[in-house]
Amino acid sequence: MSSLHRRGWLQGLGASLSGLWLAACDRISTSDRGMAVLDSAEQLTRRAQRLLVDRRALAQEFSPSLISKRFRPNGSTDPDDPAYRAHAAAGFADWKLVVDGLVERPMALSLAELRALPARSQITRHDCVEGWSDIAKWTGARLGPLLDRAGLKSDARYIVFHCADSLDGVVNYYESIDLIDAYHPQTLLAYEMNDAPLPVAYGAPIRLRVERQLGYKHAKYVMRLEAVSDFSKIQGGQGGYWPDRGYEWYAGI
Amino acid sequence: MKTSQLVPRHGVVIRITHWIGVLAVTLLLMSGLQIFNAHPALYWGPKSEFQRPWLAITAAPQPGGEPIGVTRLGGANFKTTGVLGWSGPPDARSALGFPGWATIPSWRDLATGRRWHFFFAWVLVFNGLLWLAWGLFSGRIRRELVPTRADLAPSNLRHEIVTHAKLQFPKDEKARRYNVLQKLTYLIVTLTLLPLMVATGLAMSPGVDAGAHWLVDLFGGRQSARSIHFICASLIVLFVLVHLAMVVASGPWNNLRSMITGRYRIETEGEGR
Repeated sequence: MSSLHRRGWLQGLGASLSGLWLAACDRISTSDRGMAVLDSAEQLTRRAQRLLVDRRALAQEFSPSLISKRFRPNGSTDPDDPAYRAHAAAGFADWKLVVDGLVERPMALSLAELRALPARSQITRHDCVEGWSDIAKWTGARLGPLLDRAGLKSDARYIVFHCADSLDGVVNYYESIDLIDAYHPQTLLAYEMNDAPLPVAYGAPIRLRVERQLGYKHAKYVMRLEAVSDFSKIQGGQGGYWPDRGYEWYAGI
Repeated sequence: MKTSQLVPRHGVVIRITHWIGVLAVTLLLMSGLQIFNAHPALYWGPKSEFQRPWLAITAAPQPGGEPIGVTRLGGANFKTTGVLGWSGPPDARSALGFPGWATIPSWRDLATGRRWHFFFAWVLVFNGLLWLAWGLFSGRIRRELVPTRADLAPSNLRHEIVTHAKLQFPKDEKARRYNVLQKLTYLIVTLTLLPLMVATGLAMSPGVDAGAHWLVDLFGGRQSARSIHFICASLIVLFVLVHLAMVVASGPWNNLRSMITGRYRIETEGEGR
């Protein structure tokens, strides 16, 4: 009897303690100061990775036999922007990629002109922040030579990718990378997936491939590249749609 | 006739790293379950074969009713409504891998879960390095954790397994030292499972993978690394459950005191009870 009584008391104590524990964690999760403390680890992670990993190192490439049969399309899969839909209906014949911002020679490149730029093919693994991975072959224009053609001004530090799709129906998707990633040999504006023109579900006419970072950095439906010195004035100021919503700008982990 | 005395049991570095470890492992586990919930399925190999997870937690729609939670392990399906796959208050259940009471935050929020996870991963690493450096430098890992030849004698192993199973624990001078089952368990947890957690965690990072192809290949690919990460975490949970049971069975207050103040009560004369 008394041991039963004691067990009930202990269970009650355990339940209240775990309730308190959860409430405390939830409270920290919603406090700016709590999250600022947790954020300090992100800086440490980024610095540690930059210290330990050569930023020119190539992401793994795989044999064709490992290409996923059904690559999971994620994020937007069919943008409803009218201008985009018109381009898609016309096979992107009149579509042009705008390159502007801090460049000497702003330009607008057709798909044919993009295809004429120095290109690369690579079979790489796409790692979603959710935890899954798929493998596909990507072919596209290397971003570095394209930027050289436009001529970056000396104060350009980041390349911002403005997209045609919107996940929340309010703002357009965007992402940004620094110049080391922009000039990495595996960083492409991909116009082909598995040797076929990039399908709409995967970001037609071009999507960014920035291997060595998580999937949300690989902006789809890229309409415009903008060279900037900082991105604090763009949308939420964190350098990307998901970074504005709490995800890491540097998505190497 | 028995007399008892308080003797020094755990040094200050052990006590500090133990409790920081408790905090870090708890928060890592709960934020890890939040991250797992973003895609509650596990695979072998470099990529996800979505049709062939070896573990998947899902909510299965039912015609004309609420979904049920289904956990698939290998080829077997288990109904886990209320805990795994479909959980929450009875009138407001939702599709969720692990239930809200096991995750940080308690609602679905991958970005915040990742913040917690990576912060406390660093805490775990620094804490572990401190423990390791001190343990090696002071010689305590070798003296206290590495089993002696006598420890490993079959008769001793048999004796320890039998007395543990009967929940009989020494209260005399012998209680000053770890027995062989403790030594082996603590060695496996500290020098195998926890380092494996860190290594498989790093192998899931696309940035680290670019610089160290060998690391992700060592585990058989990124999805295998994710599976091994989950399995090692499960083994650590199993260890904690057994560890807590042993703490309670062998004298909870005495054990707790020795891990807080460092002092442990042993019986020094007579045959005990």
